[in-house]
Parts: sequence; C-alpha cells; structure tokens
Amino acid sequence: MSDMFTTLAYYFSFPFVRYAVIVGLLIALCASLLGITLVLRRFSFIGDGLSHVAFGAIAVGAVMGLSNNMILTLPVTIICAVLLLRTGQNTKIKGDAAIAMLSVGALAIGYLLMNVFSTGPNVSGDVCSTLFGSTSILTLTSSEVWLCFILSLIVVVCFVLFYNKLFAITFDEDFAKATGTNASLFNLIIAVLIAVIIVLAMNLVGSLLISALVIFPALSAMRIYKSFRAVTIFSAVISVICAFLGIIISILAGTPVGPTIVAADIAAFLACSAIGRIAGKY
Amino acid sequence: MALITCSKLSIGYEREIICSDLNFTVEQGDYLCIVGENGSGKTTLMRTLLNLRKPMAGEIITGDGLKPNEIGYLPQQSQVQKDFPASVEEIVLSGCLGRKGRKPFYSAVDRKTVDRNLERLGISALRKKCFRELSGGQQQRVLLARALSATEKVLLLDEPVTGLDTEAALSMYSLIEKFNKENGLTVIMISHDLEASLKYATHILNIGEKIFFGTKDEYLAWTRGESAEEAGVGAEAPAEDAGTPAEAGAEPPAEAEVQHE
Repeated sequence: MSDMFTTLAYYFSFPFVRYAVIVGLLIALCASLLGITLVLRRFSFIGDGLSHVAFGAIAVGAVMGLSNNMILTLPVTIICAVLLLRTGQNTKIKGDAAIAMLSVGALAIGYLLMNVFSTGPNVSGDVCSTLFGSTSILTLTSSEVWLCFILSLIVVVCFVLFYNKLFAITFDEDFAKATGTNASLFNLIIAVLIAVIIVLAMNLVGSLLISALVIFPALSAMRIYKSFRAVTIFSAVISVICAFLGIIISILAGTPVGPTIVAADIAAFLACSAIGRIAGKY
Repeated sequence: MALITCSKLSIGYEREIICSDLNFTVEQGDYLCIVGENGSGKTTLMRTLLNLRKPMAGEIITGDGLKPNEIGYLPQQSQVQKDFPASVEEIVLSGCLGRKGRKPFYSAVDRKTVDRNLERLGISALRKKCFRELSGGQQQRVLLARALSATEKVLLLDEPVTGLDTEAALSMYSLIEKFNKENGLTVIMISHDLEASLKYATHILNIGEKIFFGTKDEYLAWTRGESAEEAGVGAEAPAEDAGTPAEAGAEPPAEAEVQHE
C-alpha cells in the first residue's frame, strides 16, 4: 500500500503528470456534459464519427508537417460536426448513414495518407497511439495544457449558460422552436462544442475511444436518476471519478491510459445498472 | 382584426403542395377543429401555423397583438420523450423559456407561473415525478401545463387524445373546454374524433380534397349537402354552393373577404 503511494508521489512530482491529470479530468467533465444531449437525441455515434474525422485531419497535418495539429484538426472537426448535426433534420442521406460514411471514409483516407507519406520510422506505432491515445497525454506541452484548460472552461461555461435551452431543445425541439427559441443557433453551438470536446479528448483516450467518454457517463446516470438535472450532475461526477481512477490505475499498473479510463467507465455503468435495477424493484 | 388570418395559404413540403388555397380566420376565444383524412395535411398545416415550416404560398397574418411565438403547442407524443429523464417540473418550466430571450436562467415569476399551471391542471403532486413513468393522460396534462406556461392566448393541439383511454380522453376534452370558456383561450385542435369535434368546437376547418371553413352549424349543413350530392339526391345548387365555399356567397367566405381588405 505504501508502495503505491510512493509510486504515485514519485509520478506526481513531474509536472507533465500533473498536467495530464488536470487535462484528463477536464476533458472527462466536458465530454460527459454534452453526452446526455447526444444520447437522448440518438446521436451517440456522432462522437465516434467526428473522432475519425479528427484522425483523418491529424494524418493530413502530419503529412503536411504541421507541428501543432490542433490548428487543422479543430476547424475541420467543427465543420464536420455542423454538417452532421444538420443532416439529422432533412436530407437525402439519413443521420446515421451520414455519420458512418464520414467516419469510415476519414479513417481509411487518414491511414492511407499516413502510410503513403510516412514521416516517421514507425507508422503503425504512430497510428496506434493516435487511435488509442497511448501516451500522447503525457507529452503535452504547457501551452497545450493551457489551450485544453481554456477550451474546456469555455465548454463548461457555455453548458451552464445554455443549460435550460439545451434541455428544452433536447426534450422537444419543435415546441422550443414554436415558442421562440432559436433552435438552429443552439444546434450549431452544440455541434461546435462537441467538435471541441472531441479534439480535446483525442489527447486523452485516442480517437477510437472517445465515444465511451461521451456516452457511458450519461447512460450510467440515466440508469439511476430520472430528472435531467440529476442526470447531468451525476454523469459529470461519475465521469470525473472514472477518469481519475483510470489515470491513477494506468500509472500504477503501467496500462495504456485511454482503455483504462474506458474500462473504469464500463465498470461504473455496470454498477449503475445494478443499482438502478435493485432500486426499481423496491 | 382576427388573431390569426390565413389567406390563400398553400402548405406542403419539398416543393410538393399538399393543400392549397386555404382561407380561414381564428378569432379570440374560438374553438377551431381541423378535420380531414389521413395525409390531407392537417399536421403540416399545424406546423406551418407554428412557424416550423414556411407556407408554400399565401400568408398567415397574426393580429390583435399576438406575436408569432405566442402560440402554445401540444404535440403528438414523439418517440424520444418516452425514455427521457426529466421531471414534470423541468418540463413545465421549459414552457417559460421562449419569452426569456437571452436570459439564461428562470426567474421567480417563471416558477410562479409553473406553480399556477400545475395547480390548474391538478398535477401539483406530480411535480417531482419522472415524466416517462406517468400515465398517458398525466403526460398530456404535463404537456398542456407546459403549453400554458408558454402562452395563454392560443393553443394548438395535435390529436391530444390519441392513445388515451376513454376516461382520460374525456377529462382532457373537458379541461381544454374549461380553458376555452373560462379563460378565453383560443383553441385550434387537429382531431380524428369527429364526434368530439362537433361537440366542443365553435368552428370547423375541413381540409383535403374538399375544403370547408365555417361554424359548426354551417359545417353540419355542408356535410349534409355533400352526402346528398354523393347519394345523387337533393338540390344541386345548394350542394355546389357549399362545396366551394371560397367562391360562394355563404357566411364564411364573406368573412374571409372582409379579411382581405
């Protein structure tokens, strides 16, 4: 036991580890907040689709030799998010098909580009770390940490300010529109926020696992709580706890960060399902 | 001036017109039922009235100080709502949102409005309950409370009793009637239930192949004329008159003409 704390204390003496934890928790918080809206509007897969787009953008950035990927990734992902959320309303290709199309397309093109114009000696290693986020969170520079910090702060502030509108639009978009809420504006804001979160979360769990951060906390909370407010608060709390546990365990056990966090989220979901079922019976 | 005036209105979507040349007016305190076969465009008409869809032609004029967003709405239940984690209070509060503009949070006035509407609909006890665990009738009451929180002027209802048992449907109808009679709430209702429409409505709008707008009595006279025409008996002239009320000299078109001026 004391060994564990010594190891932890040793790791936490490095600033980059502390950065990683702070950024990780912030990302987990942001992802869980928007997750509820996405799950309830049947957009669970949008995170997945967008993260693959972000992967494609990173590949393009790597080929172009950009040192800071965020410059390219963020705008590309935002544009795709806006387009995807718009397709949900009235287009020829239905929302889920559009997401699937974009998602696999970007993944394939991204890998193709990385392979053909490989810049490093270890292509599959690079690809793997982009997909599963194995170490990238520990290599963040302090400017990236600040950027993450500011972006997540913006997401949280937006969420709090627009909480009531978000609820109204998620619950009944037609009613909200008919009574004078500018639903298209808020759909746009939601799309942009999601894109920001996805790009941030790429650092933490890699592009394949982002959906887990977005949907698991919301689903877990929905097993137990039955009001929107309670679900929101609980999913934020559970997401932060899982991210923290995941990071600590990954440090102690030497496991990859992303999958460990997701494993913690899965465990929390199972626990919540059990609690919900038992509570439902009595 | 009437609350809502539709003149030469055509509705539809994706360039396809479902129903054209609708002329009707809704006055303060009216109880208008919109009837017609499936696919005749009732729901599209409602969505057009709610500004969710642009008219294909013609226009909707709101008068008497009615703002376009002061039309409350009771939708048909959608699939999403069935597993939605939301308390009754949260849903009814969301009715107040439209008039808050840029203000992000609810005020004490909004909460009072909610209290009052929960009270009026007899669902104060359900305030903290989860919406999806309520019975169909209770859910409709919650949505009605939300619509009343949004506006007390005009209420649009899209088949409000679909899926309710007879008793719940009756109590829903009598609630709506009460708000119409006692509070002067203008009601526009889409209904399959012709019997109830004829019982409660003051005006009827029939859309589809044949368009008719008029008071309930005029509607009854018109349907008698229609069936007489179909059966091949009865005088031809009155049936024709009633069949094309937009051109005929009966009372409703006269009303419509006044609106054009």
